[in-house]
Amino acid sequence: MTINKSLVLLALQIVFFVNACEATGTSLVAKQGTNVVPTAVIQRDNPTNINPTQTLNVFAAASLTDAFMTIGIGFEATHPGVKVNFNFAGSQILRTQLEQGAVADIVAFADQKNMDASIADNLVAADEYQDFATNSMTIILPPGNPGTVSNIKDLARPGLKLVVADASVPAGEYARQVLTNLSKDPANGPDFNSKVMANLVSNETDVRQVVTKVELGEADAGIVYASDAIAAQELITIPIPDQFNVVAHYPIAILSHSPNRNLASAFVEYVASPSGQAIMSEWGFTPVHKP
Amino acid sequence: MKPHRLFARNRNHDMPGWEFILPSLALMSLIGLPILALVWRSVNIDILSFAISESAVNALKLSLITSTISVLISLITGTPLAYIQAHWKFRGRAFIDLLVDLPVVLPPSVAGIALLMAFGRQGTIGAWLDSFGISIPFTTTAVVMAQVFVSAPFLVRSARIGFAAIDLQLEEAAKVEGASNWHVFRHIMLPLAARALVTGVILCWTRALGEFGATLLFAGNLEGKTQTMPLAIYVGFEQGLGIALVLSLILLAVSLILLTLVRSLESHG
Repeated sequence: MTINKSLVLLALQIVFFVNACEATGTSLVAKQGTNVVPTAVIQRDNPTNINPTQTLNVFAAASLTDAFMTIGIGFEATHPGVKVNFNFAGSQILRTQLEQGAVADIVAFADQKNMDASIADNLVAADEYQDFATNSMTIILPPGNPGTVSNIKDLARPGLKLVVADASVPAGEYARQVLTNLSKDPANGPDFNSKVMANLVSNETDVRQVVTKVELGEADAGIVYASDAIAAQELITIPIPDQFNVVAHYPIAILSHSPNRNLASAFVEYVASPSGQAIMSEWGFTPVHKP
Repeated sequence: MKPHRLFARNRNHDMPGWEFILPSLALMSLIGLPILALVWRSVNIDILSFAISESAVNALKLSLITSTISVLISLITGTPLAYIQAHWKFRGRAFIDLLVDLPVVLPPSVAGIALLMAFGRQGTIGAWLDSFGISIPFTTTAVVMAQVFVSAPFLVRSARIGFAAIDLQLEEAAKVEGASNWHVFRHIMLPLAARALVTGVILCWTRALGEFGATLLFAGNLEGKTQTMPLAIYVGFEQGLGIALVLSLILLAVSLILLTLVRSLESHG
């Protein structure tokens, strides 16, 4: 009798815990929480206005995390009473969230594909977006270089552990493009791409996870945005020559359903302004409007 | 309709009022509606073509293999541990109880980071293993380790309750007859706790099948090697709903079957 009762209780507990665990793992909300510096950091009390009256919700690609956090602080400082909330995630995740009804004022993607899809879904008006920065890819190595990688060709050495982002996120697609381009370099050889892909040990779900795995020294090398390498300074970088590199365009747009259109357009203007562009450049992006 | 009509078969002839029923309905809808919606949305898509896609099959295979290995490891190591916990009083038992229960309440992401800190290439033990050329992260072994970490406690808890419920007089009688500890365990305790053990195995298996957070952090995500079903669902979700929905349906069905099994085990006998 007691055993039955206890087991039923246990089963109930377990059903609860399994669900709880699942939630931390797979839900979008948790995803936002794990990869993002807490928004509280940038929701600082504004010195000129103790009670913020307006909140601006910005959805931005994971690779923009550091740059946009700084831009948020700058925007709040020049717009008293405004609070900027960020949701950083892979561009694909952001778009899905918006498609499923998430309300935000601004979205900034790491590629054109997601912007085009957002326009097709009427999330963004066709003429309402602009590129504000570009980014390129770079190779990163952990501190101490455990895989003794000294040049690009070494990525093809058997047994090396390489991590890139999953092909479903822009950073993963760009990394694959770069590897295809590098195969055209006679110095690397035509089988370079397939040799490197054989060294792939993980397709991380966003580019920041790639940085973390390399920072921890779990992988010997990773391919990430040049801006990510700036954000993690203890990493060793091997630059990818321009002729084999990609130019990742970052489009920003005000969402059609934005509840604060005026404030949103002020934010977009700030990003395109000399001070906004200077911040982008500081974090390793190439500004579109030269500051 | 009045509540007593709905609950007319309650043998105490005592019915819950609306103040009990309404909040319960609210919670049940919160859990039930998303599940229904998941099934509903999957009706329109070409389930079969997604289900037999290579990445879905690979994920399914890997999930089945790793979770089965995890359950076997949990059973072999967890049963003796549960027996010790249920059977002997000693200093530090409270600590063992706490340690074993910890993964149940710990977020899986914490488990993943903890595993990396210990068994990562620069981890406490991982660095030492690395000097022998053994590297655990990004391998199927890492998937199994993550699963055992989060799921074994479910088996241990269940087994512990099973062992603790056995009448001590049985053991004393056996000892008088000259049975050793092993004999008592093998021929008396195991058969009597069998149902609790089976329940534990099923719950452990369900949890191992669903493991996501620790796997992603510790084992990474590579098709055929470390990409289990929950990871394939997550990545699939980024690529388009189809494959994510189909894999979710499969996991939902498996979970329902396993939970039903647990319930029937509990109600019979």
